[in-house]
Amino acid sequence: MNRKMVGTTIGQVMLIEAILMVLPVIVAVIYKEYTTIVPFLIPMALLAVFGWLLSRKSPENKTIYARESFVIVSLSWIVVSLFGALPFTLSREIPSYVDSVFEIVSGFTTTGASILTNVEVLSHSILFWRSFSHWIGGMGVLVFLLALIPNAGNRSMNIMKAESPGPSVSKLVPKTKDTAKILYLIYLGITVIEIVLLFMFGMPLFDSILHTFGTVGTGGFGVKADSIGGYNAACQWIITIFMMLSGTNFTFFYYILIKSYFKAITMEEVRWYYAIYFGAVAVITVKIMNMYDGFFTALRHAAFQVASIMTTTGYATVNYDLWPSVTKMIIVSIMILGACAGSTGGGIKVSRLIIALKNSYCELKKMLFPRSVSVVKMDGKSVEDSVIKTTLVFLTLYAFIAIVSIFLISFDGFDVTSNFTAVISALSNIGPGLSMVGPSGNFSAYSNFSKIVLTLDMLAGRLEIFPLLMLMAPANWRKAKIK
Amino acid sequence: MNIVIVGCGLVGKTVTEQLSNEDVNIMLIDSDCRELNSVADTYDVMGVCGNGASYEIQIEADVPNADLLIAVTPSDEINILCCLLAKKLGAKNTIARVRNPEYIHQLEFMKEDLGLSMAINPELAAADEILNIIHFPQFLNVESFAGGKLNMVDLLIEEGNPLVGLKLSDVYRTYSLKLLICAVKRGKDVFIPNGDTVLQVGDVVTISTTESEIEKFFTATGLTEHKIRSVMIIGGSKIAFYLAQKLASAGISVKIIEKDEERCKQLCEMLPSKVSIIHGYGMDEDTLDEEGMDEYDAFIALTGIDEENTIISMYAKAKGVRKVITKINKMTLFDMIKSTDMDSIVFPKLLTSNTIVSYVRAMKGSFGSSVEKLHKIAGRKLEALEFKIKPNAQIIGSAFKDLKFKENNVLIAGIIRNGQVIIPDGNSAINAEDSVILVTHTSDLHDINDILR
Repeated sequence: MNRKMVGTTIGQVMLIEAILMVLPVIVAVIYKEYTTIVPFLIPMALLAVFGWLLSRKSPENKTIYARESFVIVSLSWIVVSLFGALPFTLSREIPSYVDSVFEIVSGFTTTGASILTNVEVLSHSILFWRSFSHWIGGMGVLVFLLALIPNAGNRSMNIMKAESPGPSVSKLVPKTKDTAKILYLIYLGITVIEIVLLFMFGMPLFDSILHTFGTVGTGGFGVKADSIGGYNAACQWIITIFMMLSGTNFTFFYYILIKSYFKAITMEEVRWYYAIYFGAVAVITVKIMNMYDGFFTALRHAAFQVASIMTTTGYATVNYDLWPSVTKMIIVSIMILGACAGSTGGGIKVSRLIIALKNSYCELKKMLFPRSVSVVKMDGKSVEDSVIKTTLVFLTLYAFIAIVSIFLISFDGFDVTSNFTAVISALSNIGPGLSMVGPSGNFSAYSNFSKIVLTLDMLAGRLEIFPLLMLMAPANWRKAKIK
Repeated sequence: MNIVIVGCGLVGKTVTEQLSNEDVNIMLIDSDCRELNSVADTYDVMGVCGNGASYEIQIEADVPNADLLIAVTPSDEINILCCLLAKKLGAKNTIARVRNPEYIHQLEFMKEDLGLSMAINPELAAADEILNIIHFPQFLNVESFAGGKLNMVDLLIEEGNPLVGLKLSDVYRTYSLKLLICAVKRGKDVFIPNGDTVLQVGDVVTISTTESEIEKFFTATGLTEHKIRSVMIIGGSKIAFYLAQKLASAGISVKIIEKDEERCKQLCEMLPSKVSIIHGYGMDEDTLDEEGMDEYDAFIALTGIDEENTIISMYAKAKGVRKVITKINKMTLFDMIKSTDMDSIVFPKLLTSNTIVSYVRAMKGSFGSSVEKLHKIAGRKLEALEFKIKPNAQIIGSAFKDLKFKENNVLIAGIIRNGQVIIPDGNSAINAEDSVILVTHTSDLHDINDILR
């Protein structure tokens, strides 16, 4: 275990967070909210000092193996969250530290679940920091670090693999640094376009920026109690489209950029993703048609809600908790499914579903015809056995963690639907669930213990379970004894 | 710059490792996906799994936009096919590893048609390196520059060497020889010395000088120089074949011990009759003693197995053979082997990757100079580079003492002007069209202007 390198990298991440906190301070100055400046300056100073102490000396041995990367990624996220929660507590806008951590983890993991009963009373800078955390967490803070530091060194790919979602993470271009840069540029591009569009169609600038952070990071923190419901139809459509784009595998955009259109449109995962989306929208539109005046209103709400849940964003235009039960079941299914690998969305990812289904088909065929040989293929290439195995392990762990968490939070005594969807919504990084935690509800009623369980679920969901589990593996902390 | 490397065996890996430190984008192609992925993750390059000689795979690896394709699969034929295809697709330059002796001659005259910019033959290069070492048996390693005009030799300072305890400035004054000590390896440290450096017992110094000066050096210091007249080689590999051929023509008597009888016969057919071929197992003490190992001036271990080479070399050393040379393939053993007392070690893979790296540096198309040759010296810690100076280089004309170099980072070890070697001092200056050899700590130096502040 190369502890020095782990320390240095985490130190660099802390410095980055300190720098990113400058933005909410600027917002505070613009809106003359001078009381919230100090609550930001204190964590900034702490981050800067600790970050500097940790990263001041560059270790001689820069080797990072898979083990170190898992530890770096999970520790970084925990550290970033613990410090990121401080402004909430210090400004007394969210007095409880546990609540603050829940809120910021919900931000960084792009969940969007809130313990706040009324967001409209928060100050602008705190709202900004809350939504900005979505943007940082969407693409990942370590990927950002990789794009920045001049010589990430060899094996830096291990870090990217540990942080980026998906069954098998691959590069776009030979260098990890360049790959990280391209990803962030695409991300930035989408962000800017959405801000401009929302602003053009009548949303106030501050709201446009914050909702864009929530959309492209697939987070879901809003600034209004009724989420997006109060804005005009055009803005709702824009957000729908950008949620879907953010949930698309970013390799798709890279192919478009390098003009490999054929490769882009034949990406199997993207095709499934949009097929499932349009299917779900069609069914729900038909089902809810009689609840709204006219087909297009129903279509708009269905399109928005399905996009919001599938990409794990969690915005809402209406309270879908009141919809018929078939549609709610569809919503729960796509909650678990989530968006594409290599996007900012959460869930188990469309590509894992494809791999698991194709693998099941192959195995079933083998039971019928024991001598038959078949391979699982994605995009015309066979999927390595190790990828299939990790996919299955992931699904098992996802189910296991979900059940254990539901069990743990059920001690609070709320109904099964709330508990079930709260955990699924945390693990898949969506935000709202159904019933008590539905789009018009929030998580404030849960006990501190349940909030901690859900916080860990959100982290596990964003980092795709493995890094967080590896952090707990004793083999990482024991020194190998040679005797 | 975009580089595609086909094949990630030992050479492919070494080349990738060295090039990944330079500012280039590397695509790696290999048919072994698992090995490929591990190499790709280790060295921050991108892997494409498949047959590198196929059209689809080359397209996927973006060969049409590549500046260089390096084909180093185990098969010569695939390497040539890769280059042929890559050239057709639009790759600017191609390098193939071709090591079958039967192809050597046709390569030269078919290079153009095959689309090859360069053919590399690690075995031949290794044989040349060993020949160099045999030529200067007093030295641990010998690297030659400017077509052999200037040599860099590694000398172990032993007890009783008159240089011990002397400042370098005194060494130069006392002996007034045309030589320059350009690197000192002391324990684990390697540094570029200055005039105040004092030599100690156990130091390994790298000296840049010419062949004729070396003889003068030995006479002046009273160190004896033994010529090597007989050589025993274990293992009848390709290197052994090239080497025996060269040694025989230099009038040195050669004995090769090879355990495969068929191979022995082949060698007999191909080599001149004065090379004696013994069918026997090189790890067998009796065989070695029976063939009179201790009577030979030099012993060279060239079997295909690194561990065997290491052990028989130690045995030969213990038996009192004066010069023992060991061939090692796997770079992973490098640090361990350096710590043993084996004196001369040859790494064919490293030679190959050095050749390729210097080619890449030269291609980077620097403004006032171009890299002609690169050697890693002093335990791979320093680089010695040969530059061809173009007329527009910034460094031209000023005496070295007036130039501002980056501190302790660089030393000019030699200048070759009109075929004459100049060992420089503070008053020397560089002219256009000179070849300059310099030693540096920095890697990725590809322009001579970069050494100036």
